[in-house]
Amino acid sequence: MNERYELNKSLAEMFKGGVIMDVINAEQAKIAETAGACAVMALERVPADIRRDGGVARMSDPKLIKEIQSAVSIPVMAKVRIGHFVEAQILEALEIDYIDESEVLTPADRVYHIDKTRLKVPFVNGAKNLGEALRRIGEGASMIRTKGEAGTGDVVEAVTHMRQMNEDIRYLQSLTSEQLMSAAKDMGAPFQLVKYVNEHGKLPVVNFAAGGVATPADAALMMQLGCDGVFVGSGIFKSGDPTKRAEAIVKAVTYYDNPKMLADLSEDLGEAMVGISVSELDEKERLAYRGW
Amino acid sequence: MAGKKVIGILGLQGAFKEHIECLKSLDIQSRLIKSKEDMEGIDGIILPGGESTVMGKMLIDFKMIEFLSSKIRAGLPAWGTCAGMILLANRIDSINGAHLGVMDIDVKRNAYGRQIGSFITSQLIPVISNNPIPLVFIRAPYINSVGSNVRVLCKVDGNIVAVREGNMLATSFHPELTEDMSFHRYFIDMVS
Repeated sequence: MNERYELNKSLAEMFKGGVIMDVINAEQAKIAETAGACAVMALERVPADIRRDGGVARMSDPKLIKEIQSAVSIPVMAKVRIGHFVEAQILEALEIDYIDESEVLTPADRVYHIDKTRLKVPFVNGAKNLGEALRRIGEGASMIRTKGEAGTGDVVEAVTHMRQMNEDIRYLQSLTSEQLMSAAKDMGAPFQLVKYVNEHGKLPVVNFAAGGVATPADAALMMQLGCDGVFVGSGIFKSGDPTKRAEAIVKAVTYYDNPKMLADLSEDLGEAMVGISVSELDEKERLAYRGW
Repeated sequence: MAGKKVIGILGLQGAFKEHIECLKSLDIQSRLIKSKEDMEGIDGIILPGGESTVMGKMLIDFKMIEFLSSKIRAGLPAWGTCAGMILLANRIDSINGAHLGVMDIDVKRNAYGRQIGSFITSQLIPVISNNPIPLVFIRAPYINSVGSNVRVLCKVDGNIVAVREGNMLATSFHPELTEDMSFHRYFIDMVS
């Protein structure tokens, strides 16, 4: 692995035990930083609004990204459409700290994801299972997150994806060396990465939860399932008291294994985002099915 | 003797697990610190990499900050890596009003710019090791200026990136992300 890739994986290590928050302007970015976000994700509309408004969702206006970069001292991430490598080149020119090649935006390519090794800035990608995670890592992603189902406030898909990931990892660990190539073929994943998981029992990169986290309890649930940290999208700024909820979720990620603390943190947070139950969504409304 | 020492690792946010693994490989016991009570009986503390704004806020909100800074002032060996160095400093970007504020250094945050400015280099630091040590800088700070009791251990491109002041050690870079354990050994010596 080259040096740049090691550096990019290492930045994700620094995010661990932290919360990365979606923000749509400098003011929200400031609130997120003050509340204890370890990074912010700059985007034009939070997933709940993208879902409501429909239309094509694209990379943010560079002006907005620059405003957010100058408002905060913590790392700034931004999203590009799946396969849209020119949006990624633009974000690299803006010296973004991390690019999320995200299913939340409208995909730009039906077949290919970005060859992430061609850029210097790091990428995080979503995954529903281990095979998908290893394909993205094979393409150069230096961080993984669950896809979940963004903009719903329903944590069920993030839980499903994380449980699947854990199950897939345990399965690979149970294999003997001669079984690994066959497993790589079945999973559609690069052999060397399959081998890594077999030997180490974990992904070679940091893995965060994303897609539907709305409460401190949701965040702690994902941490107890083994995530390294949490992305919160619509859950904060679509709630009644964003500052209080943001602070509570940050602390819930640190004290995820302390139920008494979680009880205190969950108290009197005001209204959570209204939310949509994933089971009421049509198949074609499910963002997690974008990308493979 | 060394085997009985317990080194605390601030576990509020960031890359604390890596330090635990490093100490384990050197047969040193560690303890994750998430509250004032967790600090009882520790022989030293490591403040890991991560986001200093996050850790600084949590230290205040969970009423650990004064307790920890007085323990360090009273002689508890402390080592800050990257964000941890920012927590130790008494001035940040030339402004007073720091986090723990125990170390007489003025640090510049994100001194190398954004992630694209992160880099790896290596350097011989005779006081730490006889071999060159790999130095990993991730959105790292460096030190603008130091007080008279602070000893500069390492400079990279003319900027101060490792210092010692009595019972305190601070590094801009991340030895816990490399295989080279010489900084950890050095800190363990400070604790013993």
